[in-house]
Amino acid sequence: MIELQDVYKRLGTRDILRGLTVTVPKGMNFVLMGPSGTGKSVTLKHVIGIFKPDRGNVRVDGQDVPTMDQKQLMALRKRMGYLFQNGALINWLSVADNVALPLREHSQMSRTDIADRVHEVLELVGMAHAHAQFPPNISGGMKLRAGLARALVTNPEYVLYDEPNAGLDPIISQQIHELIAEVRDRLSVTGLIVTHSRACATQCGDRIGILESGRLAIEGSVDEIVHSDHPLARAFMGIGSD
Amino acid sequence: MNPFAATTGFLHDRVDGAGYVVNLLLRTLLVLPRIHRRLRFLLDNAFNAGVRALPVTMVVAAFAGAILAMQTGIELRRFGDTAVLGTITALSMCREMGPFITGVILAATVGSAIAAELGTMKVSDEIDALEVMSIDPTDYLVLPRVLALAVMCPLLTVLSDLIGIYGGSVIAEQNLGVSSDLYWISAIEALTSSGTVLPKEVYVGLLKSFVFGVAIATVSCAAGLRAGGGALGVGLAVQTAVRNSVILIIVLGFVVTWFFYFLS
Ligand SMILES: Nc1ncnc2c1ncn2[C@@H]1O[C@H](COP(=O)(O)OP(=O)(O)O)[C@@H](O)[C@H]1O
Ligand SMILES: [Mg+2]
Repeated sequence: MIELQDVYKRLGTRDILRGLTVTVPKGMNFVLMGPSGTGKSVTLKHVIGIFKPDRGNVRVDGQDVPTMDQKQLMALRKRMGYLFQNGALINWLSVADNVALPLREHSQMSRTDIADRVHEVLELVGMAHAHAQFPPNISGGMKLRAGLARALVTNPEYVLYDEPNAGLDPIISQQIHELIAEVRDRLSVTGLIVTHSRACATQCGDRIGILESGRLAIEGSVDEIVHSDHPLARAFMGIGSD
Repeated sequence: MNPFAATTGFLHDRVDGAGYVVNLLLRTLLVLPRIHRRLRFLLDNAFNAGVRALPVTMVVAAFAGAILAMQTGIELRRFGDTAVLGTITALSMCREMGPFITGVILAATVGSAIAAELGTMKVSDEIDALEVMSIDPTDYLVLPRVLALAVMCPLLTVLSDLIGIYGGSVIAEQNLGVSSDLYWISAIEALTSSGTVLPKEVYVGLLKSFVFGVAIATVSCAAGLRAGGGALGVGLAVQTAVRNSVILIIVLGFVVTWFFYFLS
């Protein structure tokens, strides 16, 4: 379970988070929506300990994240995958080397075991054919899928998705949404998904929260949000959104 | 704006930046034992640095040597003492000009590229991605780059020295009537007169260029890692990297010369 409780965070001169409370129960995909620049990415970075809150609590499975030492953080990060906006692949490594990176650096696995595992996840995201390509030469959708493979390669219990369909055409988006839902159902991964897309929220989400001015303006099950009269819910989920 | 606040703000930024660079250098030294896992990156970076900087360094060094020979030659001609031209060109190339021009060219070509590369990684979340995978950017990115320049800067300096002295010899022979034999003999004599295995002018120059290489790489990595705010931030990081590198080359060059020729 991921819990953010009354989190405040100031970056530079701006208060980004102002009393944000989010709970993501195990086995669910929680969708975090909200206008650009409201701190959605910042929220994800709190969960994995890149940012520490000025006030409030961040807990994963009851463990306090901000007070963790380097070793505990490493253990936490091993159990968590992170799909960054645009994939955040290392440009001078091939797709397969990018995916292998977390295993090469920190596991005792043999070369062949790593190669097998990399092939397995690349197959899962439909990227096995492109394993030898380099990030500057592949499309945005392929980068995202490779990024997702890298996030999944360590068999995480949690995955944080930062705009998994930004800039993708509807067909590729659809594939990514199905993939995220599949990751939850087949691998029982708990997900926290940041997105602007109604399709993404309804197809792979279980609960939705909409962020405004640093806290959740509205939260509920997918059905509740889709049928809500709240102006933000209508803006993000209504006809003509997406 | 209140000028006092502006000044303290400026000072704060400078001190903060300098602190970051020193801290980064210390952390790089701490991860030095892990270099055996980064040998490939080290070679890649060293090779890239060499390829990027070599052509410019050669051209600039040849002209620098020629200018040196011309400037001193004009005066020496008045005293009819052009025979020492080889001595003067060789000594100033090895001691000062070689390391200096190599450093400046490395800052402009490789330092700027490092800042752009790491800055782009920073603003596209790749540095955060490394952190999330529990990979230390100091070990993964900074260490191979610092070592690459620490090796390449002295190597390129040796080349600049040679090419610079050669550039001087052309001017000496064509314009100042010094025979090429005399020029080279006096140059070699000057460089071997200290009696040590490696002539003092040469090892001071090489030490200087080693210091320059470390400084350029560290400052440029720091600028990249601190980049913020999209493409504009990357541009500013490049600017910071080149500016700080050139300042450090001048200041550290002074300090090393002073240490070896005036302190001891
Ligand atoms: N490391 C940082 N330092 C300073 N400001 C930051 C940093 N990261 C993000 N911000 C600022 O925080 C705000 C929210 O950013 P972000 O969470 O990326 O928004 P989004 O909701 O679009 O993902 C933005 O205004 C951004 O400029
Ligand atoms: Mg974002």
